Amino acid sequence: MNFEFSDEQQQLHDTIDRYLTEQYKFDKFRAISASPAGWDKAAWTGLAELGVLAINVPTAQGGLGFGALETLAMMGACGRSLLLEPFLSSAVIATAALRPFSADAQAADLLSKMATGDIIAVLAHFEPDSRFETQWVSTRARSVGDGYRLDGHKAVVMHAAAADTLLISARSAGDSGAAQGVSLFRVPRETRGLTLDDYPTIDGQHAAEVYLKGVVLPASSRLGMEGAALPAIESALDIGLAALCAEAVGVMQALVDATIAYVQTRQQFGVAIGRFQALQHRIADMLIHLEQARSMSYLAALRCTDENIPERRRALSAAKAVIGQSSRFIGQQAVQLHGGMGMTDELVVSHWFKRLMSAELMFGDSDTHLQRYAALTR
Amino acid sequence: MRLEFTEEELGFREEVRAFLRDQLPAHIRDKVLNGLELSRDDHVLWQRRLHDRGWGGFSWPKQFGGAGWNSVQQYIFDEESALAGAPRLIPFGTKMVAPVIMAFGNAAQQQRFLPKISSGEEWWCQGYSEPGAGSDLASLKTRATLDGDHYVVNGQKTWNTLGQYADWIFCLVRTDSQAKPQSGISFLLIDMKSPGISVRPITLLDGGHEVNEIWFEDVRVPIQNRIGDENKGWTYAKFLLGHERTNIAGIGGAKREIARLKRIARDQRKNGRPLIADPLFASHIAQVEIDLWALEITNLRVLSADRGSRAPGPEASILKIRGTEIAQRISELMMRAVGPYALPFRREAMEAGWQSDPSREPLGPPYASTLAAAYMNLRKLSIFGGTNEIQKNIISKMIVGL
Repeated sequence: MNFEFSDEQQQLHDTIDRYLTEQYKFDKFRAISASPAGWDKAAWTGLAELGVLAINVPTAQGGLGFGALETLAMMGACGRSLLLEPFLSSAVIATAALRPFSADAQAADLLSKMATGDIIAVLAHFEPDSRFETQWVSTRARSVGDGYRLDGHKAVVMHAAAADTLLISARSAGDSGAAQGVSLFRVPRETRGLTLDDYPTIDGQHAAEVYLKGVVLPASSRLGMEGAALPAIESALDIGLAALCAEAVGVMQALVDATIAYVQTRQQFGVAIGRFQALQHRIADMLIHLEQARSMSYLAALRCTDENIPERRRALSAAKAVIGQSSRFIGQQAVQLHGGMGMTDELVVSHWFKRLMSAELMFGDSDTHLQRYAALTR
Repeated sequence: MRLEFTEEELGFREEVRAFLRDQLPAHIRDKVLNGLELSRDDHVLWQRRLHDRGWGGFSWPKQFGGAGWNSVQQYIFDEESALAGAPRLIPFGTKMVAPVIMAFGNAAQQQRFLPKISSGEEWWCQGYSEPGAGSDLASLKTRATLDGDHYVVNGQKTWNTLGQYADWIFCLVRTDSQAKPQSGISFLLIDMKSPGISVRPITLLDGGHEVNEIWFEDVRVPIQNRIGDENKGWTYAKFLLGHERTNIAGIGGAKREIARLKRIARDQRKNGRPLIADPLFASHIAQVEIDLWALEITNLRVLSADRGSRAPGPEASILKIRGTEIAQRISELMMRAVGPYALPFRREAMEAGWQSDPSREPLGPPYASTLAAAYMNLRKLSIFGGTNEIQKNIISKMIVGL
């Protein structure tokens, strides 16, 4: 085994790391997060110019044709810099959702425009009643004429309002929890009957409730075979889960670094508070959590495209559970050790804490994955 | 980045598996897999088998008669051994005093001691802790006074694991009481048959005799049994303490014990259904298994970073803390899994198991009789080898720089 990045992966890591360190400082995060849209077109263009939006797009569509390890190499910096632009949503998840359908000319066209950043797409899949259950789709797709009519509600869709195109799952057959019968549709943002209720999330990103009322689509907007899209959706979500794990590790690293620096400078009782053993041991615990989480982010990246699905899920559930638990521990302790300052909006610490919280609640929280793991290993 | 071993490492693993299949005696394997106590003879026999294969000192350089395995090979051996039910090697000879003798001993000492450590002919124990010197080891008081060409040793050591079997003990003794604590310590090798040594058992909470007190009364130790320089013993002691990192996390043993835990939880019933189907208990098992997986990868990262032979660093403390916590949690879950049948206790069950006496009615399931005692016994893991609190001190000083 080895745990080194290849030269190419290291280069990607260094590129995004340098760019965000220089161009995406905390002030910038605050300004963008306070803006109405909650993301910045210029920052997005900057990422496009670096070429990083193309990493997951196949070479046939003008992309770099990379995969989960290159994504892993980039996500840590995105987390640390609290990137608000839809890199994860569009350049990782929606790209992965479209990739299996790149034989479809319209999907291929979409991918090539996503590689250059000209188009942003997001996957709108989860619903108010699905919680973290990927099979639970109640949005309906009824055949009308040569096309479909979609009705339903997608919940907390990250970056939906930033998207030019939404990839929306809807059930063309079966009951809400059935594995068969789910289709995936390419839906332009301006389609009649599609409405978005956009809002900021607790960590300063943006998400939306997506409502579909009599959305009429041509048959050509369906991706792949009717009723058979769930495996592709789940693959994309798994790739997104691995990327989110890597992002969380970047945030945890930043919090551990900041906390160490803080206890070395903050003076009470005439000494730096880092001299107190109670705090030293807490930081040792944070570091232990961080290293376990980092190990699991590697596992997630290495296994998220495994074609052995139970094995893939077992690894991803283990990773997400550990990383969620570590995120909670490190986030809470970082705030605690910063004392009152950890509670303020002014310090980046609280924003990292909030990003970790939202990461834990995406794609299944720790309990969900612990249960899924238990069911897979009994 | 990849998790899998190389082809060469997989080939080595096959070699180890074949050896275990051919050479591990069934009576020893059965004891290990059922959590029963091993005798001195069991340990000596297994060390002898390793030695005959050329693996008696597998971590040692070839020039000292070792197999020269790198850290990944040692890890593979430890994992396969644990999974197959081989004894966890008693570390005091091969993994503790031998590296010190190789690094700091003279040629005569190397020739005298190393071959018999490898062959298992001489059993070693450790003379570090004293009643007043535990975590603060440098405060030790056992003193050695020079008298001609001998040291005269007086004092008391304690927590000497399996010292009742030992032929030799390596000891930290105070040779200069004026210097600051760390600077007045020497490292002596002492023959346990020397007049003036007495060994007294300490009975532990599981009823077992695993550790001892060792008293020294005017024990004469030839000066040529001192390792290195007088008063430099602390340096050698620290070298020794930091040396063991390939099996410090105990990954293979923990995997084996989780498999055993699951067998027990499949067999036990709760409301007429297997305990493993109980959501709460299943989540306890899943949690410890997931934590072990994370630790396994962390361990592989550490090994991969020092495939060569970088000196052990503070990462070993992370492995020690997590590995011991996980082993303790597994033993706790096994004990809880059998419910009230964790309570019946006959000391002899630790040696032979309940069901060895065919004239008695079976008392609970056959696997239950050792579980409470094992749970009690494994509380030692977070105390010995540097308590887990001391490990956190090491992490915060060495990694974090606090």
